[in-house]
Amino acid sequence: MISITRNIGKVVILFLKNTGNFFIFFTKILQSFFKPWYFKNIINQMIFIGYFSLPVVSLTSFFTGGALALQIYYGGNQFNSEAIVSSIVALGITRELGPVLGGIVVAGRVSSAIAAELGTMKVTEQIDALKTLSADPISYLIVPRIISGIIMLPILIIFADIIGIMGGWFIGIQSLGFNGSVYIQNTIDFLEVNDISSGLIKASFFGFIITIMGCYQGFNSSGGAQGVGKATTNAVVSASVLILASNYIMTNLFFAS
Amino acid sequence: MITIENLHKYFENKKVLNGVSLNIEEGTSSVIIGGSGTGKSVLIKCILGLLTPEEGRISIKNNFIFENGKFKKNSKIKIGMLFQGGALFDSLRIWQNVSFYNIQNGKNKKFCFEDAILNLEKVGLSSDVVNLYPSELSGGMQKRVALARAISIKPDIIFFDEPTTGLDPISADVINKLIIEKVRDIGATSLTITHDMSSARTISDKIHMLHNGEIIWEGNKDTIESTDNPFVVQFINGLSEGPIN
Repeated sequence: MISITRNIGKVVILFLKNTGNFFIFFTKILQSFFKPWYFKNIINQMIFIGYFSLPVVSLTSFFTGGALALQIYYGGNQFNSEAIVSSIVALGITRELGPVLGGIVVAGRVSSAIAAELGTMKVTEQIDALKTLSADPISYLIVPRIISGIIMLPILIIFADIIGIMGGWFIGIQSLGFNGSVYIQNTIDFLEVNDISSGLIKASFFGFIITIMGCYQGFNSSGGAQGVGKATTNAVVSASVLILASNYIMTNLFFAS
Repeated sequence: MITIENLHKYFENKKVLNGVSLNIEEGTSSVIIGGSGTGKSVLIKCILGLLTPEEGRISIKNNFIFENGKFKKNSKIKIGMLFQGGALFDSLRIWQNVSFYNIQNGKNKKFCFEDAILNLEKVGLSSDVVNLYPSELSGGMQKRVALARAISIKPDIIFFDEPTTGLDPISADVINKLIIEKVRDIGATSLTITHDMSSARTISDKIHMLHNGEIIWEGNKDTIESTDNPFVVQFINGLSEGPIN
């Protein structure tokens, strides 16, 4: 009984300690937002997070759109399916699947890369070297990544939305015998600005989660290669879980009323 | 120049620095020796402000930079540091590494590039390496680049953390000689931590020995061979038998 209580206590203390450390880290980032920005680093990170994630996000979105179209067609009433499939694919992609799947794919690619890079910099004393050369590591390394994540994720998700809808359209006309122009017209008629904008707001928040988790885990890694590996895993897992949890909260906020 | 008084540093429950007091005179080259895990790197990181001590005072040029548990900024004193592994920035080219401080301070690209070439020449590297990345250089060359970066800011004080670790004896001797020359050229005060006695004898004016978080011996490099301090005797002769476990 005592050992169970002790173990629960340890977990609670660890949780509180990590939460406290995260908020201290977050406060330092907020303070650094008011210091001069490293624009060259921001551009580099935008290219890395946005441009180089485009292929994987596009492929994910295209196949998701196609699979969604098939599921709706075969799973539902096939009467009047052309209007139903196009509208549900459009809604599903723009409101949920585009931002969530795009966010998770980018988390796998970007959050891990950030954690590995910053973790390696930490264990090889490069972050200490920055401090000795009068550069603030938070302003130099972290703020550019967070700004880039917040800006580039919505842009990626605009592409994901378009390509996902095109995936549904492609399967619709190739496998289900739909008329292409009618499908597109139905999609345009059914979609509202709110559907797209809610997805983009979510994407922006996911961009923040992905980058801050990568930065936090990398910046606080220790213990050589094993520590960097652990930080990388933690970054991807925590970013993915937070994306799914925050998606539920935001969906509730945007659409419950 | 640098005065440390009663410095204490703990990690969790482990006491790493246990009331270290040290005085380093201006223009001298001091070396702190001691075995692995005795707190040498922690001491240097406390002076640099990379770690915060629990107790004690640190002053540089009679200005307290650490007192009452807090660091105070003193932008007038420039401090250079050569890290154990070099700590060169992987994503930057060699010239950007060497001129990092100048780039951050808004100096133009042409000036930074030319200044990097000058500093690389000072440490015996040709301009062929300026556009390479750190991973394309050998360990010895990386140490030289790191030294070029440390002296590029024209520091008042320069710290060396295990400057010869991981180098073959010839490269280690080259680095030792470069350290002596360059520190003399820029007129800086230097503090080196090492467990390489050959390096310590070459570089130092004064040697301090750290053991269990305390300075247990200090003296000129000529006197270290004649001391009867059992800790020093065991350490400098590399004996497995003695008071150090």
